[in-house]
Amino acid sequence: MDFEFSAEQQQLKEQARRYLADKCPTTAVRAILEGSEPFDRALWQGLGEMGFLGAAIPEEYGGLGLGYLELCVIAEELGRALAPVPVSSSIFLVAEILKAAGSEEQKQRWLPRLASGEVIGTLASVEATGSVRPSNVALSAKGGTLTGAKSPVLDGDIADIAIVLARHAPGKDAQGLSLYLVDLNQSGIERTVLDTIDPSRSQAKIAFKDAAAELVGAAGEGWRLYEEALDRAAILTGFEQIGGADKALEMGRDYALQRFAFGRAIGSFQAIKHMLADMYVSATLARSNGYFGAYALSTGSADLAEAAATMRVSSTKAFQHCAKNNIQVHGGMGFTWAMDCHLFYRRSNLLAVSLGGLNEWEDKLIDRLRAKNAA
Amino acid sequence: MNFDDTPHEAAFRAEARAWIDANAPKHLLPHLEKAGFGGIELGGLDPMKEAKAWQKKKYDAGWACLHWPKEYGGRGASPIERVIWNQEEGPYGALSGSFIIGHGMCGPTVMDWGPEEAKRELLPRLAAGEDIWCQLFSEPAGGSDLAGLRTKAERDGDGWVINGQKIWTSGAHYSQWGILITRTDPDVLKHKGLTMFFLRMDTPGVRIVPIKQANGQSGFNEVYFDNVRLPDSQRLGGVGEGWKVSLTTLMNERLSIGSGMSAGFPDIFEFCKELELADGTLAINDRGVRSKLAEWACRQSGLKYTGMRAISALSRGENPGPENSIGKLVAGSSLQEIAMFALDLQGQSGAISDPKLAAMTAKFQAQLLRSPATRVEGGTDEILRNIIGERVLGLPDDMRADKGIAFNKIPTA
Ligand SMILES: Cc1cc2nc3c(=O)[nH]c(=O)nc-3n(C[C@H](O)[C@H](O)[C@H](O)COP(=O)(O)OP(=O)(O)OC[C@H]3O[C@@H](n4cnc5c(N)ncnc54)[C@H](O)[C@@H]3O)c2cc1C
Ligand SMILES: Cc1cc2nc3c(=O)[nH]c(=O)nc-3n(C[C@H](O)[C@H](O)[C@H](O)COP(=O)(O)OP(=O)(O)OC[C@H]3O[C@@H](n4cnc5c(N)ncnc54)[C@H](O)[C@@H]3O)c2cc1C
Repeated sequence: MDFEFSAEQQQLKEQARRYLADKCPTTAVRAILEGSEPFDRALWQGLGEMGFLGAAIPEEYGGLGLGYLELCVIAEELGRALAPVPVSSSIFLVAEILKAAGSEEQKQRWLPRLASGEVIGTLASVEATGSVRPSNVALSAKGGTLTGAKSPVLDGDIADIAIVLARHAPGKDAQGLSLYLVDLNQSGIERTVLDTIDPSRSQAKIAFKDAAAELVGAAGEGWRLYEEALDRAAILTGFEQIGGADKALEMGRDYALQRFAFGRAIGSFQAIKHMLADMYVSATLARSNGYFGAYALSTGSADLAEAAATMRVSSTKAFQHCAKNNIQVHGGMGFTWAMDCHLFYRRSNLLAVSLGGLNEWEDKLIDRLRAKNAA
Repeated sequence: MNFDDTPHEAAFRAEARAWIDANAPKHLLPHLEKAGFGGIELGGLDPMKEAKAWQKKKYDAGWACLHWPKEYGGRGASPIERVIWNQEEGPYGALSGSFIIGHGMCGPTVMDWGPEEAKRELLPRLAAGEDIWCQLFSEPAGGSDLAGLRTKAERDGDGWVINGQKIWTSGAHYSQWGILITRTDPDVLKHKGLTMFFLRMDTPGVRIVPIKQANGQSGFNEVYFDNVRLPDSQRLGGVGEGWKVSLTTLMNERLSIGSGMSAGFPDIFEFCKELELADGTLAINDRGVRSKLAEWACRQSGLKYTGMRAISALSRGENPGPENSIGKLVAGSSLQEIAMFALDLQGQSGAISDPKLAAMTAKFQAQLLRSPATRVEGGTDEILRNIIGERVLGLPDDMRADKGIAFNKIPTA
């Protein structure tokens, strides 16, 4: 038993932190938030060159061939830096689905380019209602083409390829669903950029009209592959959330040390001190749940599904809690555009819904605990 | 990052499991599995007698106080081995409630600061469950502000005379020994004038008066000291060093009551799986119920893995730090919230605490009445938040009215 990342993994984390401190200060996040560029291209390219994107992609497919634990520590640093790049879509979801279910040809073709950052991928699953269930997936697959629409799709405006959850057989059940890989740079695709609470990660609606598509994994396996992919991504995104929570807590702490009111640092008022202590508690619980998630992911443990849902609920709440109270500690300053507090607040709330909201993950958690209990 | 046993750990686990399987008091198991929060009931058997018998058996076979050195009655086991043992001991661990203070706090304090002869004589008896120890720290004027304590120890030839009063002393009424913190010098700063001792609870002049608790039980006591004479050989640490010595106790307290505390999720989960709501659905299928259960599940596992991270840090040779304060802070309010929620789900029957009529044999009603104490004993929620804020996050100390002032000049009510 050893519940800590190894010395090498901690070094990698330090390296990622230094790299991001240099290449992705919050001014870089702001540039995306305020400007017309949808993501930070230079940072994205750099992350590819450094091998961070390909950390968990096998060497034979152009990655570094490290493991999930390494990807977890990188994810934490990306979350801490609020990196305005499509890592979760391209790496945590698309590369992972291809690793798990792609054909040899698909892996050869796409993984090296995803690892280098040359190609951006995204997962397109949501349709009108906001939450994905087999019964509300209507986008239809016929004879190797897709027709229908997905919205919102995170990074949908900038992605080159998408993995799409689509219905190949009529009805409402999960067996009629499959995953398809689609090249988004083709004439049957129309994209509309959407306004969102966190423009540092852009989103789009994607309309498919007889768009050419190829199966990923077997027909009828779509729902299972999708759910498994969400679990893995929940753990990796959970590390982003932990990183963001920690940073928001640190900002609040630093401000409380430096801001004086009534002749003393506001951190000496218990109302503020205890608020920060509670933020520390939720961040710590999320981190500890995350360590178990990382372990389950890296070993493919039977507890993976439970660990993913636990971590998802825990890290979502922790990031939201820390980000919102960080504003409170900052008083009026916290509500200004110029202070970085709102960047964390925005991101925490984007990530809270991006893989499905709390309700959905709470349900999954209870279902999974029950299934385990019954076994 | 590895949650699996190493081969060595697996061998240790197998050995522990085999021994427990061959020796545990299996006839008590049905009662222990039902054991509520804040007390055990063994179907008419005397819990103290059964607890001592199990402790002695463990001691004789080398399974008592695993983390203590062998020469003082322990096993010299690693922190991880101790976790494994606790996992394997499972429900039988509930028998050891009366030993927690002695094994977790008093023993380690005596071990660090006591005279060698006393350690060799007393610690093995403590490990074997032959003696029970209590912690004589809190006073009417010194709870959260422990260093505000007033019990006096004065030199008398080559010994000491103690006068004053302690309060909230858990188990004083069944303890043979106690560790005692006193004021030896009121003319200096309050943390400077303290000195620690250990003493037999039947020393002449010690009077123990049980206190009836809000939940009807009597676990703690007032303890009066009326010209109690102690030899200097019963001093722990130097004169005026009492605060430093008490920190050993409190640091160990964090570890023994904080880490590994349950937030109470398993009980409420079981309960909601069975309970039918008024509309005929099972509680566990209700969206609102699920949301609450998910929160408690996350706290339960978060605490479990936080505890394991602390154990990992210990086995790397780090000291148990102030971050361990989160265990009791999270568990205390969770237990209380869960009890209230369970009552609420039962509607108007929720208030019934007759074990024959109440769901889960009134476990939640008992938990409702005991959990407020968890948020107070061993450091209140507010003090724990201060510890986290100041010692983990590095925030400034509270402004205080007693800073830089000799103890006898500090304002009182
Ligand atoms: C949208 C908006 C509109 C506003 N409009 C106006 C306006 O029209 N006119 C105007 O004059 N002002 C206005 N204000 C200012 C507002 O009144 C102040 O922001 C507020 O009083 C807090 O002061 P501060 O921002 O300096 O925060 P600080 O006083 O620095 O507080 C920072 C943090 O410390 C805490 N804190 C401070 N002192 C204590 C204490 N003693 N105990 C415990 N905690 C403490 C605070 O609660 C806060 O969490 C506006 C603010 C906002 C956000
Ligand atoms: C069941 C039980 C068993 C116990 N067993 C033992 C035992 O075996 N041995 C022993 O020595 N003691 C024992 N105690 C005593 C326990 O340690 C004290 O009750 C505890 O430290 C609180 O002290 P107090 O009761 O004097 O409350 P106070 O210190 O008077 O606190 C009253 C309230 O004021 C708050 N408060 C106090 N100071 C601050 C501050 N600086 N900032 C913010 N809020 C503050 C507290 O949080 C609390 O809410 C036990 C208590 C209980 C309930």
